Amino acid sequence: MTEEVFARGDSPLHRTAPVVRTALAVVYCTVVALVNGFYAILAALAFSILMTAAARLNPVRVMRHLAWALGFLCFLWFVLPWSIAGTPLFCAGRLTVTREGVALCTRITLKSISILLAMISLLATMRVAALGQALGKLGLPPKLVQLLLLAYRYLFVLEQEYHRLYRAARIRNFIPRTNLHTYRTFAYLAAMLLVRAVHRARRVHQAMICRGFDGRFHSLQVYRPTVWNPVVAAAGSLVCLTLVVLEMTI
Amino acid sequence: MVLDHLDFELFAGDRIGLVAPNGSGKTTLFHLIMGLVKPESGKVEAFGQVLESEEDFAMVRRKIGLLFQDADDQLFSPTVLEDVAFGPLNLGKSRREAIEISRRILAFLGLEGFEERVTIKLSGGEKRLVSLATVLAMEPEVLLLDEPTTGLDNDIRRTLINVLQRLEMTMVVISHDFDFLDQVTRRIFSLENGRILTDEQVHFHVHRHAHKMGRAPHRHH
Repeated sequence: MTEEVFARGDSPLHRTAPVVRTALAVVYCTVVALVNGFYAILAALAFSILMTAAARLNPVRVMRHLAWALGFLCFLWFVLPWSIAGTPLFCAGRLTVTREGVALCTRITLKSISILLAMISLLATMRVAALGQALGKLGLPPKLVQLLLLAYRYLFVLEQEYHRLYRAARIRNFIPRTNLHTYRTFAYLAAMLLVRAVHRARRVHQAMICRGFDGRFHSLQVYRPTVWNPVVAAAGSLVCLTLVVLEMTI
Repeated sequence: MVLDHLDFELFAGDRIGLVAPNGSGKTTLFHLIMGLVKPESGKVEAFGQVLESEEDFAMVRRKIGLLFQDADDQLFSPTVLEDVAFGPLNLGKSRREAIEISRRILAFLGLEGFEERVTIKLSGGEKRLVSLATVLAMEPEVLLLDEPTTGLDNDIRRTLINVLQRLEMTMVVISHDFDFLDQVTRRIFSLENGRILTDEQVHFHVHRHAHKMGRAPHRHH
């Protein structure tokens, strides 16, 4: 879960400063989310695929990550095509699939894939610590940055703690059913997890204070200013501008 | 109240073992020294200075290293190197220095090649050694160890004993493990009803323990 599979690499995108990449990801994803014209959407998809290629990521791994999102999108394809009013495309029994429904679904699917690919190639190519720092530099309050970084680290410990609690319930023959006893037990589990999380947080904070923590994270990774910073920033701006122009004119 | 009129003095070069029943306030004692909890009455004095403000304790935390009971509390960075370098970076060391110190400490603990390992995937024993590394990387003058041997297998325990014996450092070790205390400390105290008992009172005990091959003829040193 916390392996950061895409973070290792030596592509131009990997070497670009995290701040540049994070800012670009925010702008690009906003633009893609807002455009509506099919040309602009297709262009965005093309740009995103190009970005993934520029990050030299393992295509199989990328596809595996996308598959999760595609599963969710399948759900939309089951519902949306026949639930939007419009010109009928064909009828399946009593359900009428409309042109507008299919168009909307296609749009959502393509936009989701474009945004995910952009996120993977721009953000997943850096360590979470670097992302935190970049967000801080972009003006996100330090508290939120710390929240992100520590949540990332301790999600795993909390998950383990949940399993430990659940195991403890199971070895005493707890079988989840649809009854009050089950609901109560799960409520206890959740509450206990919360209590443990608070205790854990206090101890972790104490340990950090003992090692001289004063609220600021220092990172070991150094991003030297490379030619890629201006290049990626310029190319990214150009791409976003192209999308906007495509959206406005066609 | 956990600690009551406790009087505890530690001098440079001391190596003290603290034995006490559960819930007798050993961990609280350490937390008092580090300024993590404040005493209701009485004072904490270290390095010739009465400690009151947060800045006073910040000074103490540079010079005293505390190894927590649960290594998961101490390791929070994605990789071992980042975690070990966290302290030195906080002390204002440059990246190069921090990495250099971290590598040296890891090598000292026999953890070469662990730099890029993911902290959450380490075994319990490895976590303990790495969290010791994170404390040693602060280059403290005094080391406080809170039950360092709980849950360790024999190999890691031996490594830990070896490492602590090689460290020329003032040390206080909380443990129930007499055998371990015997090897790494010079004096043993006990904490009872919130007060410290001297080692003379502790030393009277019946020798009885369990280990593998106990029936075979053997000697204890």
